[in-house]
Amino acid sequence: MRLTLHVWRQKKSGDKGAFETHKVENISADSSFLEMLDVLNEEILEKGGEPVAFDHDCREGICGTCGMVVNGMAHGPQALTTTCQLHMRKFKDGDELWIEPWRAKAFPVLRDLVVDRGAFDRIIQAGGFISAKSGSAPDANEILVGKTVADQAMDAAACIGCGACVAACPNASAMLFTAAKITHLGVLPQGQPERDDRARNMVAQMDAEGFGGCTNHGECAEVCPKGISLETIARMNRDFLKAMVIAREPLAARTGG
Amino acid sequence: MELRDNAPSGPIETAWDRHRFDIKLVNPANKRKFEVIVVGTGLAGAAAAATFGELGYRVRSFCYQDSPRRAHSIAAQGGINAAKNYSGDGDSIYRLFYDTVKGGDYRSRERNVYRLAQVSVNIIDQAVAQGVPFAREYGGLLDNRSFGGAQVSRTFYARGQTGQQLLLGAYQALERQIGAGTVTMHPRTEMLELIVVDGQARGIVTRDMVTGKIEAHLAHAVVLATGGYGNLFYLSTNAKGCNVTAGWRAHRKGAFFANPCYTQIHPTCIPVSGEHQSKLTLMSESLRNDGRVWVPKNKDDVGKKPGQIAKEDRDYYLERKYPAFGNLVPRDIASRNAKEVCDAGRGVGPGGLGVYLDFADAIERLGQKAIEERYGNLFEMYERITDEDPYQVPMRIYPAVHYTMGGLWVDYNLMSNLPGLFVLGEANFSDHGANRLGASALMQGLADGYFVAPYTIGNYLWTERTDQKPVTADHPEVKKALAEVEERTQRFLSINGKRSPDSFHRELGKLMWEKCGMARNEAGLKEAQARIPALRAEFWENLRVPGSGADLNQSLEKAGRVADFLELAELFATDALHRRESCGGHFREESQTPEGEALRDDDSFRYVAAWEFNGVGKAPVLHKEDLEFEHVKLTQRSYK
Repeated sequence: MRLTLHVWRQKKSGDKGAFETHKVENISADSSFLEMLDVLNEEILEKGGEPVAFDHDCREGICGTCGMVVNGMAHGPQALTTTCQLHMRKFKDGDELWIEPWRAKAFPVLRDLVVDRGAFDRIIQAGGFISAKSGSAPDANEILVGKTVADQAMDAAACIGCGACVAACPNASAMLFTAAKITHLGVLPQGQPERDDRARNMVAQMDAEGFGGCTNHGECAEVCPKGISLETIARMNRDFLKAMVIAREPLAARTGG
Repeated sequence: MELRDNAPSGPIETAWDRHRFDIKLVNPANKRKFEVIVVGTGLAGAAAAATFGELGYRVRSFCYQDSPRRAHSIAAQGGINAAKNYSGDGDSIYRLFYDTVKGGDYRSRERNVYRLAQVSVNIIDQAVAQGVPFAREYGGLLDNRSFGGAQVSRTFYARGQTGQQLLLGAYQALERQIGAGTVTMHPRTEMLELIVVDGQARGIVTRDMVTGKIEAHLAHAVVLATGGYGNLFYLSTNAKGCNVTAGWRAHRKGAFFANPCYTQIHPTCIPVSGEHQSKLTLMSESLRNDGRVWVPKNKDDVGKKPGQIAKEDRDYYLERKYPAFGNLVPRDIASRNAKEVCDAGRGVGPGGLGVYLDFADAIERLGQKAIEERYGNLFEMYERITDEDPYQVPMRIYPAVHYTMGGLWVDYNLMSNLPGLFVLGEANFSDHGANRLGASALMQGLADGYFVAPYTIGNYLWTERTDQKPVTADHPEVKKALAEVEERTQRFLSINGKRSPDSFHRELGKLMWEKCGMARNEAGLKEAQARIPALRAEFWENLRVPGSGADLNQSLEKAGRVADFLELAELFATDALHRRESCGGHFREESQTPEGEALRDDDSFRYVAAWEFNGVGKAPVLHKEDLEFEHVKLTQRSYK
């Protein structure tokens, strides 16, 4: 395959970036999108240039490291697929591709297609866990979890934290990410004691990071490579509202440990 | 130097309990006085860092990924073993212990493995308490599946994403500690050197992968949980970033590297599709529960579509040769047999390097929905990569490098021969011998991180407290380690040759796969030993790393990793050459039974080979730890 690539280049955070155009040839239709970029990078390096920086690691669609906007779509045109699992057979010979980083205020560009998603970790820090010290747990089968509930938790827990939801949202909202964790832990019996605090603290952190609100576009669920459902957002809103109404203490930094 | 495992003597069943009572404790108020560095945030590293933080130590955690949640433990699919006997099918701690020692082909340390089997049950409890959504039965109890090398159902799983869910559990526990201030997290930070003062590990030198800043971090103990070195082969199921640098830098500073040639070749991976291939994708071994492995009986049928080959013309070779275990033989046996039928010209797919894994019978028996429930995400992944629908046509699979049983030598306390340097998870050599059973990597990583290191590190810190002098940034050893990293970084940037780090990595990987891969012989290994130094010399003369060291530079990161692989490769070949026996995942052609199965040589090689670094290009020094088997009887493994 022959392709024309317009790739976003930006030296560092805060710099003005621009698209740079490259032509690549002899791309195998069986190669992945990132393998196509590997070929481009080898060519750039051979000619004395600096390769395009992009994040990637497992290349199996599970680590959530990769992600770029391809022709306006987060992770590219194939549904339920991360960029690393997108294969070139989904494109046509001669195609022109525009490749950009995730664009969101809360995800500053570090270089080229690499962004800083540290905000996601801080949202988890705010309450995306069940407090259970190592060694303190009861026998696993003492906690019964019905299959339907376990499946529901697993559906939400499948989130890989890639940030495509934020990139696709016109408001750069992180609600699908946050709601997935609130749902995963909130439907399980183990997650009940901290359910209210979790919803309040995670939502507060999400807002503090500069993510926008949800206005029901549904783009997030559309691009989510793991099929996280919009239903999780409804659940989060309900948990959050309930928690705010019954809260006895103001939001405060947690002291875990 | 005599290697002492420091394992307690006496009855094996109570060894760990007695050891925990005998070792020193650090009282809660004193724990705050100790600083611990943990490198790596996979199952072992995240679990250890979180637990150290919960206990009250001051912890600094490092990972090269942008978030600790992305470590490669996340990609483990199939499950985690535990001796819960929830299936009521005769499992016990002793049986899990026995299976693991046997599965490892009698090259692991009995006492470590027994402890692993013991704490396996606590891991499941811990994970469930954290909210890991394991598969359940309708009544709400935990479900189990069976895995290779075992005749009981003891594997807990969360669809095909068990590693992801266990890692997220550990990651969330870690984030909770970061929020609480007990752990300071350094993502996108790579360890490039170990700092050793007065013979003890006292810190690390890191490079901030965004700003390029090179910095020293000092502590009372250093924990490496940095994973395996399967990427030595370039193509493997490891994540692209997985590397040996942390372990190799420690090895250069005196830590022994044990059994480097013990590599696991996983039988069920998607075959290579062409020259562009950058990594290989595993299809969980759990698929062998329902999939049947076959190739055409006759070479002439190889080109035909699988549906055109009649049942009687198919060779279900694992079921034929190993009736007791069938498709569930351990990984090494499944891999070797796949290679054998492909070498005989009966392989399928491009290049004849593939065998079928067929679900047609299972779909007929259980219905497509049941299969979808069990393996849906794996089937989707397969289809995305190959453009073939495994519900309709059999999968094609071929073995690929997956896991390295070798690693830094550790004693029973998981401490290396360098005092203060602890090594956990895949990065150490300890529990899997010459072959790891499926669903045991997650078990070992979490056992080390949640339940072993948190006890043993306290013993070290308290015992050494009076002997350890404070180390500050102006200590000569710290300055020396910093200078080494600066100099190395500048050297990569100034060679200005013609070849990329990737091109050297590919060439090295191909050489290792051909000469040191699934089957090895003396001539091939000697050839590898001769060719590796030449490639390394070219690397240092003809490498090109563009850009600068002062910002995000992925070529520079790769160069550092490939440089270390080029040194490890030589040690790997040396170890493989010296071990003139077949065992586990390591098949030495000169040592086989009349039926072509791996033949161990217990009289000559029943030991751990721990290698001491002696300079690049110089012969390493071999130290042997003899292995005693008091409980498990050494037999020729048979799965027939």
